Amino acid sequence: MNKPFHRKDLLGIRDLTAEQIIGILDTAENFSEISNREVKKVPTLRGKTVINLFFEASTRTRTSFELAAKRLSADAVNISVSSSSVSKGESLLDTAMNLDAMAPDCIVVRHSSAGVPHQLAKVSKAAIVNAGDGANEHPTQALLDAMTIREHKKHIEGLEIAIVGDILHSRVARSNIHLLTKMGAKVRVAGPGTLVPRDFAYLIGGNPTGREGVHAATLSSTGGSPSISESNTLATGRVSALTVCDHIEDAIRGADVVMILRIQRERQDSAYFPTLREYAIHYGLTNRRLDLAKKDAIVLHPGPMNRGIELASDVADSSRSLILDQVKYGVAVRMAVLYLSTGGTAISSSKGEQ
Amino acid sequence: MADELNLVEKSRIMDSTAMKRALRRLATEIVESNHGAEDLYIVGIRRRGVPLAERIVNQIESIEGHRPLYGILDITLYRDDLSTVGANPIVNRTELEYDVDGKVVVLVDDVLYTGRTIRAAMDQLMDFGRPRRVQLAVLIDRGTEHRELPIQADFVGKKVPTKQTEIIKVMLTEFDDIEAVGIFEKPGE
Repeated sequence: MNKPFHRKDLLGIRDLTAEQIIGILDTAENFSEISNREVKKVPTLRGKTVINLFFEASTRTRTSFELAAKRLSADAVNISVSSSSVSKGESLLDTAMNLDAMAPDCIVVRHSSAGVPHQLAKVSKAAIVNAGDGANEHPTQALLDAMTIREHKKHIEGLEIAIVGDILHSRVARSNIHLLTKMGAKVRVAGPGTLVPRDFAYLIGGNPTGREGVHAATLSSTGGSPSISESNTLATGRVSALTVCDHIEDAIRGADVVMILRIQRERQDSAYFPTLREYAIHYGLTNRRLDLAKKDAIVLHPGPMNRGIELASDVADSSRSLILDQVKYGVAVRMAVLYLSTGGTAISSSKGEQ
Repeated sequence: MADELNLVEKSRIMDSTAMKRALRRLATEIVESNHGAEDLYIVGIRRRGVPLAERIVNQIESIEGHRPLYGILDITLYRDDLSTVGANPIVNRTELEYDVDGKVVVLVDDVLYTGRTIRAAMDQLMDFGRPRRVQLAVLIDRGTEHRELPIQADFVGKKVPTKQTEIIKVMLTEFDDIEAVGIFEKPGE
């Protein structure tokens, strides 16, 4: 059953089926044209209110959501933690309920703790869109990465994708691993041993109820033995699509896409690796390392990048790096998500007017 | 669509030959009223207006020896019923490759009924620029008594008075098995 994404909230890629992901990406592709117009605005969400509730600093994501809302004619309000009453001691749920009382249609939330958007979704009548929650998920980033990949490679299924860096703390990695394995790509992750969890089930699992339709793409490759419990099948099916490599070279060799994660310097005092310089030497993406990938391989980075640490400057500025494309597609993806999540409950939408 | 709604065809009002003739006449009238194909910009409205617009463009080219500009509008984002239709409908791409400023834009759709689609199309068109003139060509006009907005077509393939319970379906080989126009109704109405 092809259920399009018409749900109220977008909390994570984990909850979506491959069909729903494709539906969002198709919509986003059709929205991307609007940003090229002279009048970059359509009246679609006129009269709707979108609140950007950011408990964590962000320039790119917040601006992207704000532009997406404005290009759809929604009213966008930005709340950042420094100016909010959270700093006056208000609890998260109280903040949420107070915002809810002002009847927004959508709340875009970013928080340093995992699960905050899920909590808000329980109390709020507004659609909740996760703009990054702790180390859990950053669904719109994974969607815009997927859109960038699709624009350049035409498909995702069957691609070999390397994700390099701090997998442990990265919500971008988590959302991407969910999305890419659901779409039938082969993912290889690499990074310092301290920053790459070995436990596959932990990385890709976490859905013990085994929702219907999830991971269909990878399930089929296992032959879908009915005797194995569903959660086990999920784990084995997707484990075969996910490999942990000890060296960055092993992950990059033959890859179609190299996804570089940001080294979170704010976590440096936890001593996950000795020095930034040592990280750059062992895990930084240089042209020499990139030569191991396929000739037409593309490089993605979620930003903000640390030039010369995880990504050599000449790679970042080369034509293989699509970092600015990612930012561009980010607006289209967020327009699509806002459009789909503010659209009411799912009914069949046969036009039937003539 | 007809199958989903369990519709029965009451009468066939055009076959493929009649459609060809009507489109040829529409093309001739468009060229005649604009004194040629200069500055003409034929814009099809998704879905069924698109292949019709393409055919009109081909006809004009064979009449005038000069191919007018051609584009596609998807009006989904400009619909006035987005808050009432439930889940937001699928968005397709608008393709207006050329500047509309100073052009004579001819909007093409299959059926003119309430006029709301055309209102949405005109609003969208204006966001792209300032055409010198906007005209409307439709294959079927269901008559002014159904109109909910003050909108009329400049070029009409066939005027068909209908009841509100009836549905006019323009079937095109791009989407359907056959090429024809029929009046459909739900059984028992």
